[in-house]
Amino acid sequence: MSATDPHHATHRTIEAVWRIESARVIAGLTRLTRDVGLAEDLAQEALVAALEQWPQSGVPDNPAAWLTATAKRRAIDLFRRNAVAERKYEVLARELEALEQTSPDLDSTLDNPISDDLLRLVFIACHPILPTESRAALTLRLLGGLTTDEIARAFLTPESTIAQRIVRAKRTLADKRIPFEVPRGPELAARLSSVLEVIYLIFNEGYSATAGDDLMRPTLCEDALRLGRILAELTPAEPEVHGLVALMEIQASRTRARVTSTGEPVLLFDQNRAQWDQLLIHRGLTAIERAHKTNTTRGPYLLQAEIAACHARARTPSETDWPRIVILYTELAQLIPSPVIELNRAVAVSMAHGPHAGLTLVDALASEPSLARYHLLPSVRADLLYKLGRHPEARTEFERAAALTRNTRERDLLLTRAASCEADPTNPQEK
Amino acid sequence: MRFMVIVKSTPEAEKEGALPDPQLLLEMGKYNEELSKAGVLLALDGLHPSSKGARVKFSGKSRTVVDGPFTEAKELIAGFSILQVKSLEEAIEWVKRGPNCSPGGDYEVEIRQIFEMEDFAPVLSEEQIQHKVAKRAALPNQTANK
Repeated sequence: MSATDPHHATHRTIEAVWRIESARVIAGLTRLTRDVGLAEDLAQEALVAALEQWPQSGVPDNPAAWLTATAKRRAIDLFRRNAVAERKYEVLARELEALEQTSPDLDSTLDNPISDDLLRLVFIACHPILPTESRAALTLRLLGGLTTDEIARAFLTPESTIAQRIVRAKRTLADKRIPFEVPRGPELAARLSSVLEVIYLIFNEGYSATAGDDLMRPTLCEDALRLGRILAELTPAEPEVHGLVALMEIQASRTRARVTSTGEPVLLFDQNRAQWDQLLIHRGLTAIERAHKTNTTRGPYLLQAEIAACHARARTPSETDWPRIVILYTELAQLIPSPVIELNRAVAVSMAHGPHAGLTLVDALASEPSLARYHLLPSVRADLLYKLGRHPEARTEFERAAALTRNTRERDLLLTRAASCEADPTNPQEK
Repeated sequence: MRFMVIVKSTPEAEKEGALPDPQLLLEMGKYNEELSKAGVLLALDGLHPSSKGARVKFSGKSRTVVDGPFTEAKELIAGFSILQVKSLEEAIEWVKRGPNCSPGGDYEVEIRQIFEMEDFAPVLSEEQIQHKVAKRAALPNQTANK
């Protein structure tokens, strides 16, 4: 289609240029206008101008500079119009004009501290004052260069809802006068963790896509990875950023193996490891090394990445370094105490030290209210009981798990296992 | 989606023991750093001249080995990278920004899309997608912004 339609081809090129340049253009404009919402609107106007002009004039040699210059000219016009009403606009207009006169090469003006601006943009888009879902939408829009329609399709949400979220988020940032800056000192850790949460949320949204979903959904994994990799270059001294990148790279390496051709999920131990993407595994392991070089304590993302790495390094499930996974889960449970992590630790312990040791830990979780309706608790317990030869008890637990799961395929699998408890007459340890 | 960017060779690059010009290496390094910083560069490697390589020709059940060097430098590959981007156009835009690896000389860079799982996945009709969107919108956690 593009070969026969030059107009369409130029549009595709403009989209690509936008994808590459929009975050930097918006970041630079935010520094100049001190308003991220306005900066994005101006950048969008420049994009519209490009869509109108480039099909006739051709794509300029330096498209980013063109977009920025166009957006800045609109900013000056706008500030002039508003100057009558408010003095601050007059000041901004004068500053912008002065900048334009002293540095004819607009791109280099903006480009110089560009990584600082980009990082500021990351922090403002992920500001904790915004609801998490708004942070995700705004991040994809401002930093990922996605359109509202693309975000809506990816999140299976109506476009009007996403558009509203973005408008409200921008208004909140303006109303609360959120500064365009990189947080320092003790605030940095909390703000960074908000950024990482948003990126991982985007990744998981893509990772949970199922066969037949709109193709925008699985590409969220790529968007999240790209954001993570950009962030890792902007903040190379932050081990958790490398940890998150590593976690995502290693999880993404299993994309091909984790569902069957008909879209059914495949458990980690049943996956064909030959289908794991070794390039992404390698990238994940490298990211872990980079985190270690920062020489600080391990945070939750790095620990999860290291657990994922233990699986990634094992060519077969039996080669898995379970004692190491136990250590990592123990450390993780100390950082973020959670019954689900305890349950995972129990599974690792059972693999490292036998089902009896695992069962003791699982039994300790039996009274945990947050796990009362969690099907994996009876499912894990059933599996351990089965391995210990306590088949009648195992059967009851398999059935309980089957009743709790909402996944029909998983239910079938659990009921099959329950039935197999009865069918096995050997029961070696039953008395 | 991923693309393999295949850099074709030149007669100079095919010369035994040929080392790239240091200035060029510097420019390439800067360019690759830019790709890394943008989160699009997944892998990158350069290849020795074809004199250090071989070809295995397949014909029915027979396999014939032919040692390098091979002629027709412009048909040979000098290096490759793997980019993860949104479209062929984006890959083209990135490639166009690269320095000329053979100053004064002519060579080509070929961009080819890598097969992904999605290429084999069934695709829902517009109607089915709309149905999913509607269903999802009805979920209680989607109304948090109201």
